[in-house]
Amino acid sequence: MSLDFFVSHYNYWVVIFLMMVGFYILISRGNLIKKIVGLNVFQTSVFMLYISMGKITGGTPPILVGDGHGGEAVEHVVYSNPLPHVLILTAIVVGIATTSVGLALAVRIKEAYGTLEEDEINRIEALVEASE
Amino acid sequence: MREEIIVRVGAKILTPFIIMFALYVHFHGDYSPGGGFQAGVILTAAFALLALVYGLAAVQRVLPPWFTRLCAALGVVIYGGVGVVTMMLGHNYLGYNALAPDPKYGQHYGILLVELGVLVTVFGVMASVFYLFAGRGRGES
Amino acid sequence: MTAQLPILQIIVPLLAAPICAVLRHGRAAAWLAVLASWSALAIALALLGQVMAGGVVSYHIGDWVPPIGIEYRVDIVNAWVLVIVASMGAVVAPYSVKSVEHEIASRRIPLFYAAYLLCLSGLLGITITGDMFNVFVFLEISSLSAYALISLGRPRRALTAAYRYLIMGSVGATFIVIGIGLLYVMTGSLNMADLAELLPGVWDSRTVKVAYGFLGVGVCLKLALFPLHLWLPNAYAFAPSPVTAFMASTATKVAVYMLLRFFLSIFGAAFSFDVMALDRVLLPLALVAVVSMSLVAIFQVDVKRLLAYSSVAQIGYMILGLSFASVTGLTATLLHLFNHALMKGALFMALGCVVYRIGSVHIDAMAGLGKRMPWTMAAFVVGGLSLVGVPLTVGFISKWYLILGALEKGGPWTAVAVLVLATSVMALVYVWRVVEAAYLREFSGDETTGEAPLSLLAPTWVLVAANLYFGIDAVRTAGVARQAAEVLMAGIGS
Repeated sequence: MSLDFFVSHYNYWVVIFLMMVGFYILISRGNLIKKIVGLNVFQTSVFMLYISMGKITGGTPPILVGDGHGGEAVEHVVYSNPLPHVLILTAIVVGIATTSVGLALAVRIKEAYGTLEEDEINRIEALVEASE
Repeated sequence: MREEIIVRVGAKILTPFIIMFALYVHFHGDYSPGGGFQAGVILTAAFALLALVYGLAAVQRVLPPWFTRLCAALGVVIYGGVGVVTMMLGHNYLGYNALAPDPKYGQHYGILLVELGVLVTVFGVMASVFYLFAGRGRGES
Repeated sequence: MTAQLPILQIIVPLLAAPICAVLRHGRAAAWLAVLASWSALAIALALLGQVMAGGVVSYHIGDWVPPIGIEYRVDIVNAWVLVIVASMGAVVAPYSVKSVEHEIASRRIPLFYAAYLLCLSGLLGITITGDMFNVFVFLEISSLSAYALISLGRPRRALTAAYRYLIMGSVGATFIVIGIGLLYVMTGSLNMADLAELLPGVWDSRTVKVAYGFLGVGVCLKLALFPLHLWLPNAYAFAPSPVTAFMASTATKVAVYMLLRFFLSIFGAAFSFDVMALDRVLLPLALVAVVSMSLVAIFQVDVKRLLAYSSVAQIGYMILGLSFASVTGLTATLLHLFNHALMKGALFMALGCVVYRIGSVHIDAMAGLGKRMPWTMAAFVVGGLSLVGVPLTVGFISKWYLILGALEKGGPWTAVAVLVLATSVMALVYVWRVVEAAYLREFSGDETTGEAPLSLLAPTWVLVAANLYFGIDAVRTAGVARQAAEVLMAGIGS
C-alpha cells in the first residue's frame, strides 16, 4: 500500500476512524448517555461516507447555474452528485429521531431506577429477579 | 439569566430575524440548499432561544404544548394530503404535474406545499421534544 | 382506483397515525386504528389477487420513471408478506382496544395507536418498496415506533429492554445504510430491479462483497438471528401484550423478507450461494439457534419470556430453510413466515388474556387456570400444539416442508431432519410445562377470576381457527409459498 494510495483515500480513513471510535464508545461505556453519544459518532461516520462519495473533484455545488428564471442555463458544468447528500439528509433526520427517543428513554430509566449506569441497573434487575 | 438586560433585549431583537430566516430557507428550498426540515429547526431555535432567556412558562403562553403537538400531526397530513390531491386529479401519488398546467410550476408548487408540511411537522416535533426535555423534573410535564 | 393500490397500502395507516395522535379519546383512536388496519388488509388481499392474476405490479411515485424515481414493486413474494403483516395488524388492532385500556395509562392511549399505525405502515413499507434507501427509511419508521411501543410496558424493565433494542436496532440499521451506500458507489443505482441487473457486472469487486457483509449483519440484527438476538427476549417479555403479539408475528418476518429480497433478488441466488457461501454461513447459526434457544426456553419461568426464546428458535427454522438453498427449503421458510405469525400471534394473545385477568404470566401464577379461563387456555393449547408441529395444525405444514427439504438433499442432511424432529420434542417440553401448570395444578389466586372478555377472546380465536384451517387445507398457502420460492430462486434452477 503506497503512501499515495493512503493519502488519496483520506476520507475513508477518517470514516473508518470515526466509525471505530463510535463503536468503541458504544460497547465500552456503561453510561446510557455516553452510549448514545457513541451511537451518534458512529452514525456521523456514515454521513461522512455518503457525503464524501458524492463530491467530485472540481465539481460545483449542484445548483442551477445561470439565472434560473427563463434565461439560458449554463450547460456542461461538472457538479457534485446531490443524491447522496439528499439521502444523508434523511439519515440525519433519522439520527436525530433516534437520539431523542434514546434520550427520552434514558430520562425515564433515570426516573425509574435512579441511575444511568448499566451495571447498577443490571444489579437492581438481578435483585428483583432473585426476589421473585 | 433573567436579570441580564443585554441578553433579554438581544434575544427579543433576534427572534423576528430568526423566524424570517426560517421562512427564507423554506421558500428558497427548491432552488438552493435548504427546505422544510432546516426551516423547521431554525424556527424552533427562535422559540428555544426565548425559552432560555425568558423561561419556559413565558414561551408556553405564546406557543402552548398542545399546539406544537397539533403541528406535528398537521404537517404529516399536509404532506400526505398533497399526495392524495394529486391522486384525485388523476396522477400518481405526489405527481406534482397535476397541480398546474405547466409542469414547471406544478413541480414548484408541489415541492413548496410538501416542504410546508415538513416545516410544520419538524417545527411541531422539535418544539414538543424541547418542551418535554426542558419541562422534565420541574413538575411541568 | 385499483392502479393506486400500492401507495394506498402505505398512506392509509400512515395518515391515520397523526389523526390518532391528536384525538382526545382513547376509544376513538382505537376504532380509527381498527378501521385503518382493516383497510390495509383489504388492500393487501386485493394486491395479492392482482399479482396472482397479472404478474408484477409496479407503481411510480410522483410519476417519476424508475430507476430515477422511487418505485413500489409488488411481486408474489412481497404480496405474500404484505398479506401476513396486514392480517396480523388487522387482528391485533381490535384485540388491543380492551387490552391497552388495561395495561396503558389512558392519556397515552391515542399515542399508542399512533405508534401502532406507524409501525404497521413502516413494516408494510419495507415490504412493498422497490427502492433500497426507501427500505432504510421505512425500517426506521417501524423501529422507532417499536421502541416507543415496547417502552409503554408496565414493568420498568420495559424501559431498559426498549433502550437495548434501540441501541442494537440502530447499529443494525446503520450497517444497512453502509451496505446501501457501498452498492450505490459501485452501481449508481438504488432501484432494486436495476441493481439486480447491474450487480453481476461488478461481482468481483471487494466493495460489493463488503456491502454484502454489512447488509447481512444489519439485517440479521433486525431479525434476531442467533448470536445477535440478545435484544429480543426482554423486549417481547416486557412490552404490552398486544405489542408483543404484533411484533412477534410481524417484525421478524419482515426482517426475514428483507434478507431474502437483498440476498436472493438483488445480489441473486447464484452470487449468494455460489460465491458468498451464504448457506454454509447460515446453516450452523440456524442449527445452534434452534437447539440452544429451545433449551433455554425450557428453563424459563416467565411464560412470555419462554415464548420469546421460542421465537428465536423459530427464526432459526426459517433461516434453516433458506440455508438448504433449494426451492423446497425456501418454500418452508416462506410458509413458516405465515404459520409462525399465526401460532405466535395466538399464543401471545392468549397470554394477553391471562395478563388481563390475573396480571401476571409467571408459570406459578398460571396454575389451575385451565378451569378458570377455559377458552383462553384452550387457545394456548392449540397454539402450543401448532408450535410443536402436531398434524392438523399449521406448525406441522412448516416442519413437513422443512424435513422434506432436508431429505431431498440426502446424505448428511438427513441428520438435520432428525434434529428438526428432536427440537420439536423440546418444544413439546416447554409447552407442556405451561399446560401442566394450567390443567393439573390447583388454582390458588382470587376466587372471582373468570374468563377474559369477548373482545379479547374473539381475535385470539380467529387466529386459533386460522391455525387449524391452514393446517388442514394448506393447498393455497403452500401453493403461493412455492410460487414465491421459485421466483426467488430464479436463475439457479431447482
